[in-house]
Amino acid sequence: MDKALIPDGVKRCPLPVFALWVLLLTGVIGWGIWAGGMVLLQALNLTGLNDYFGFGFYITIDLAIIALGAGAFFSGFLYYGLSRFFPAFKELGKVINLAVIVGFVCYTGALAVLLLEIGQPLRGWFGYWHPNVHSMLTEVIFCISCYAIVLTIEYVPIILENRKINEVREAHVFGHTLHELMAIFALTGTFLSFFHQGSLGGVAGVLFARPFAFRTGFFIWPWTFFLFILSAISSGPAFTALICRTIEKVSGKQLVDRSVYDLFGKIVGVLLSIYMVFKIIDTLYWALVLAPGFGFKLSDFYMGPVYGFWLLVAEILICGIIPAVVLLTPKGRSSNGILFGMFFLDCIGVSINRYVMTIQAIASPVMPFDRWEIYVPSMYEWAPGIAMLAYCALIISLSYRYLPLFPRERELNPIR
Amino acid sequence: MSEHGHAQSGVLYGMAIDLDRCTGCTACSVACQAENNISFLPDESNKVRSITWMEIYWLHNGKDYPDYRFTYLPRPCMHCNAPHHSPCTFVCPVNATRRDETNGIVSHIYPRCIGCRYCMVACPYHARKFNWWDPSWPKPMEAMLSPEVSTRMRGVVEKCTFCHHRLLAARAKAYLDGKDPNSVAYMPACGDACPTKAIAFGNLMDPNSEVAKLAKDPRAFRILERLHTEPKVYYLSKHQWVRNQADRGL
Repeated sequence: MDKALIPDGVKRCPLPVFALWVLLLTGVIGWGIWAGGMVLLQALNLTGLNDYFGFGFYITIDLAIIALGAGAFFSGFLYYGLSRFFPAFKELGKVINLAVIVGFVCYTGALAVLLLEIGQPLRGWFGYWHPNVHSMLTEVIFCISCYAIVLTIEYVPIILENRKINEVREAHVFGHTLHELMAIFALTGTFLSFFHQGSLGGVAGVLFARPFAFRTGFFIWPWTFFLFILSAISSGPAFTALICRTIEKVSGKQLVDRSVYDLFGKIVGVLLSIYMVFKIIDTLYWALVLAPGFGFKLSDFYMGPVYGFWLLVAEILICGIIPAVVLLTPKGRSSNGILFGMFFLDCIGVSINRYVMTIQAIASPVMPFDRWEIYVPSMYEWAPGIAMLAYCALIISLSYRYLPLFPRERELNPIR
Repeated sequence: MSEHGHAQSGVLYGMAIDLDRCTGCTACSVACQAENNISFLPDESNKVRSITWMEIYWLHNGKDYPDYRFTYLPRPCMHCNAPHHSPCTFVCPVNATRRDETNGIVSHIYPRCIGCRYCMVACPYHARKFNWWDPSWPKPMEAMLSPEVSTRMRGVVEKCTFCHHRLLAARAKAYLDGKDPNSVAYMPACGDACPTKAIAFGNLMDPNSEVAKLAKDPRAFRILERLHTEPKVYYLSKHQWVRNQADRGL
């Protein structure tokens, strides 16, 4: 029924099967919209947030998904910006469309959840009208919305490549023109995204009265500013590769050359190693110099199973050092199981980092007579978060079905 | 410029609370509640959502009888005088909270607050509270709300203002009396209500003020001084174990 919309020369699953999948995703999204609507109507008392936990699940999932969506800007930066100097990065052209879409869904999804997070959603625009230039959150508000616009502009020419839309001459010309300009948008997006990944780190790092989160830094930027950029660019490409692999597994087709994954492995391995070096230096300085200066021991920051020391071990050793070392070795990258396993660990590591820098940073008591508090997100927080993931899956599914995402798909999967 | 690197006039309002005098009667907290139109929840059992500007902490020395000792610690907003900005003011993305450099009071503009709660996250004293529900009061109390203080809507943050409206009233009176409005003395509701006069309030920069003298008392200490938040609320106690509650690792 929808054959006319499917790109030429490629095969897709039958429409009823796809419709069932879309229906399932739509149901989950509907559940999230209902929960989000209830929060907007009845206020944040429906959530598990309280006066101890001003930030919670919404912020954590936003930070994590934005970091994982960094594959878009960084792949774009390597492909459009550096490939003329380093031709090896031209390989990324085979997956750049997917990277853009992953970035688009991650950022737009995060923006939607962010709307629920504020107590006065109708005043959301005050961030632009009464901006406080000293606030890292102001930088986040500006960069995230500008970058979401840039990603939309980057997504449009991919949509215009749909077989039917492309038949309209004006759409074809417009899409082609945008394609020609894409390098400019990609590099603008890179600039914006570098800043806003960093300012998300700055949100935690500038909290000078929260010894768990506070870091010294360079000029106005705390070290977390740079660490968040590094962690995002070392996990974003891994997430894009994982999404690509998932599509391959679900569709039962090879969509990109193995060399693309190998290149991703090298990029992630190098960046994760650099990140780990700085992260370890930062952690040591924090634990041995900064926190003791405020009267804190490292053990003051960890408690019980939810906020235990295991988080630090998991983040740095299991999900950081191990994937970095494995991905640097050709043998580690040669096995699909190990390669994607390491990508997965990398993504888990950055998510743990965003969790501890958000939840644990405020759960950890500061006043000597203060106490640890436990935060349990309610269904009204889970539902929009899960719905956001379903939204990501829906847009990627629709894009894969109806748009020519993978330039090598036809050659790799000839229809007999 | 002050020694803290920000513009400052000759007035810096601060508070001194003598813990050795505090009986824990909570009169300060109740007076604050009534004076500032602080709303009540239908169910106040969840204390981490309950709005109290002047929270009373119960501290003990952790020892067994007969060495067991305890004290109460009333905690208003510290109106931090940290260099350039208080921990909460510089993080607000919409300039809804600011420190008035002419008197050191950290205020909050409720109609501008977007309810992002970043200021709450930044405050280590838990002095900021969020309006999780629409404000409400038990039936007869609604008629007794103070017209001097605006009520806060759902979805915004609120906190102790050092009874800023009393300062405005004192300034207006001084102006009408032909006196200097910039050197007025006033007392917040908590200090007025304290039966043991444990709370002193005034200009920390006036060496003759009681609060300035108490701030220099050997018994004086501030909470989390090591974080360089420069709180303008001083506590006094002759007991070392109480003073040890100021900072970790001391």
